[in-house]
Amino acid sequence: MNFDFSEEQKLLQKTARDYLDDHCGLDVCRSVLESGGTHSDALWKGVAEMGWLGAAVPEEYGGAGFGRLELALIAQELGRALAPIPFAPSVYLATEALLEFGSDAQKRAYLPRLVSGELVGTFALAERAGRSGAADVATSFAHGRLSGTKFPVLDGGIAGLVVVVAKGDSGPLLALAELDTAGVEVTPVGSIDPSRPQSRIIFDGAAAEPLANGAGEAAILHLLDRAAVLTAFEQIGGAERALEVTREFTLGRYAFGRPVASFQALKHRMVDLYAAIQLATSNAYYGAWALSTGAAELATAACSARIAASEAFDLAGKEIIQMHGGVGYTMEYDCHLFYRRAKLLSLSLGTPGEWRDRLIDRLEA
Amino acid sequence: MDFNDTTEEAAFRNEARRWLDANAKCLAPGQKRARPAGADSPGLLESAKAWQARKADAKWACITWPVEYGGRGASGIQNVIFNQEEARYNVPPNLFGIGQGMLGPTIMAHGTPAQKKRYLEPMLRADEVWCQMFSEPAAGSDLAGLRMTAVKDGGVWIVNGQKIWTTGAQHSEWGMIVTRTDPSAQKHAGITYFIVDMKSPGIEVRPIHQIDGSKDFNQVFFSDVRIPDENRVGAVNDGWRGAITTLMNERASIGSGAGMGLGIQDLIRLARETEWDGRPAIEDPSVRERIADFYWKLKGLEYTGYRTLTALSRGTTPGPENSIAKMVGAPLRQELAAFALELQGAAGATADADLTWGGGAFQQGWLGSPGLRLAGGTDEILHNIVAERVLGLPGEIRADKDKAFSDIPTGSAR
Repeated sequence: MNFDFSEEQKLLQKTARDYLDDHCGLDVCRSVLESGGTHSDALWKGVAEMGWLGAAVPEEYGGAGFGRLELALIAQELGRALAPIPFAPSVYLATEALLEFGSDAQKRAYLPRLVSGELVGTFALAERAGRSGAADVATSFAHGRLSGTKFPVLDGGIAGLVVVVAKGDSGPLLALAELDTAGVEVTPVGSIDPSRPQSRIIFDGAAAEPLANGAGEAAILHLLDRAAVLTAFEQIGGAERALEVTREFTLGRYAFGRPVASFQALKHRMVDLYAAIQLATSNAYYGAWALSTGAAELATAACSARIAASEAFDLAGKEIIQMHGGVGYTMEYDCHLFYRRAKLLSLSLGTPGEWRDRLIDRLEA
Repeated sequence: MDFNDTTEEAAFRNEARRWLDANAKCLAPGQKRARPAGADSPGLLESAKAWQARKADAKWACITWPVEYGGRGASGIQNVIFNQEEARYNVPPNLFGIGQGMLGPTIMAHGTPAQKKRYLEPMLRADEVWCQMFSEPAAGSDLAGLRMTAVKDGGVWIVNGQKIWTTGAQHSEWGMIVTRTDPSAQKHAGITYFIVDMKSPGIEVRPIHQIDGSKDFNQVFFSDVRIPDENRVGAVNDGWRGAITTLMNERASIGSGAGMGLGIQDLIRLARETEWDGRPAIEDPSVRERIADFYWKLKGLEYTGYRTLTALSRGTTPGPENSIAKMVGAPLRQELAAFALELQGAAGATADADLTWGGGAFQQGWLGSPGLRLAGGTDEILHNIVAERVLGLPGEIRADKDKAFSDIPTGSAR
């Protein structure tokens, strides 16, 4: 039984944590949130220099040539730091889509620039409020042209490349479009977590090309599975940090002559949060195993990892505010950063409810 | 990351398998061991003892025990591997875990050389069966509040009081008890630990009838029972240390969360085979949502167990994550069973061997599940333990701190 990361991988994680401790305190997230900016450019350049954007990209495309296990641990640390950068859509979705479904020419055209950070990638599936599966998108792709509206899209304001779920002649497909081109209109949209900005993108006959092997609903769902596992690590990282912050605060805060952390009403709920994080961690590990080995179990493992991690981080986001009391509800304290990020992550890749449905489909298949 | 044995583990697994092949019959794929109703099933105790003796002769009993006591000094992961392999064979269950898993290690840690020599080998072979008598009617979660008295009279101790929740007392040759020997001391400081001959005059064992119909536990009454001083384990009034050793070993064995009855596959099968409004229940969105939640939670527990095994395999101390196994697993089993009843509609309230789905197995699990949340540390005590030992949160403020045991207020409902 070897169901854990290796010492080398843990060392890489430690390096990532040290780097982010130095370069991404919670004030970095806060400054993007308060300034209305798109991201922390210094941090983006920093993680590019660290090689994280290409952690799982082969060296021939400019990457570091590690695997998804290493990428997962980096994701966990970025989650801990509430890093205000477009890492998730650019790395877990755009870069993964190219790696999985791109032709060699497409990989050569885009991967080196995604890895260097000079190009930011994102992903566009949703079109309107409600649930929208890959099979029923209205955005159409035909004759190299893309038309339709995507709403919301993370990081549309800084992305140069977008992987679009579109309706083709013979079913849904993944199309690759550059955003800095005619027929594309990107509008910033308010976000519940302004450290992770949203946008709306209208394609009006914009030039695009299909990802070489990205046709069909199965390909799209597979891409979502991959991103779900990696995102789960971000969510776990955020939840762990929220629990740590809550623990520290409640140990230092006194009421009725004792630390509020000594009341069972808080102790037991912190334990429930700890348990939720452990269940999420174990499910995410299993997902990472399936992702890194190409195992067929990824289909159910990704669902479990996604639901468990969303539940854990959402719970952490609620509890950190509640257990801080009134100050937790102020802009000055950091609690709201977790509350916002947790909900944004749990909604941005298909809601936990959608993944529950998908899980039963797959168990029944 | 993988789920494979190391080279050494694979070699050990082969060695275990070779011996089991030569001495037992392998279960066919999908075949389950016949599940006995309990230790009282006719002939079960005898066959379990015979299998244990056979294992002992080949040094396959209590393999984690040191060689000097008849074990083979095996590692934690080797123990897991042997148990995994043994589970594949049609052999009697081990009914002796309380002695071998909890009381034996206590004697090893705190017993005299004479006690080790006298008791450990017959315990390992199951020639003698043991029971543990800790809980009392007024001392459950607050075990140190125990009231059974032991008063010294020359070379013997005279013991009076009542124990409860004692598994296997009716089958046991020996038992271990914690008693109050100094009521004027602070409550943890006046406790003494003894080995007691269960055939002693003055001991009466009465079974407890549980809500699920089984009688796994007993009440044990002590009336002027005489225990020789040589049966004392550890120093007078220092018995709490031994009790802690026993309890640590208890949590290690119960904590695995294994064997908690029907699982997710059974629930999915039920939801396929049961109709809601003329369609399989599993097509209903509310059913799908509930099953999905049971699935990821149970898988999360299973994979958490893998993380613990990994630590054992690497020879490191398992992390605190497995402390959630029973705390999360027991209430989850209760919810799962209750949902399985709900899936059956009005028929969920039946419990008929012929007419109820699965012979009423979910109904039986539902009746058994409250016990899982109480045995071996209640949900609430486990929350306190994780809060204090894992998260480092403050301990409970105690009304009995620094008081003599005899000055602690008492009271018991009913």
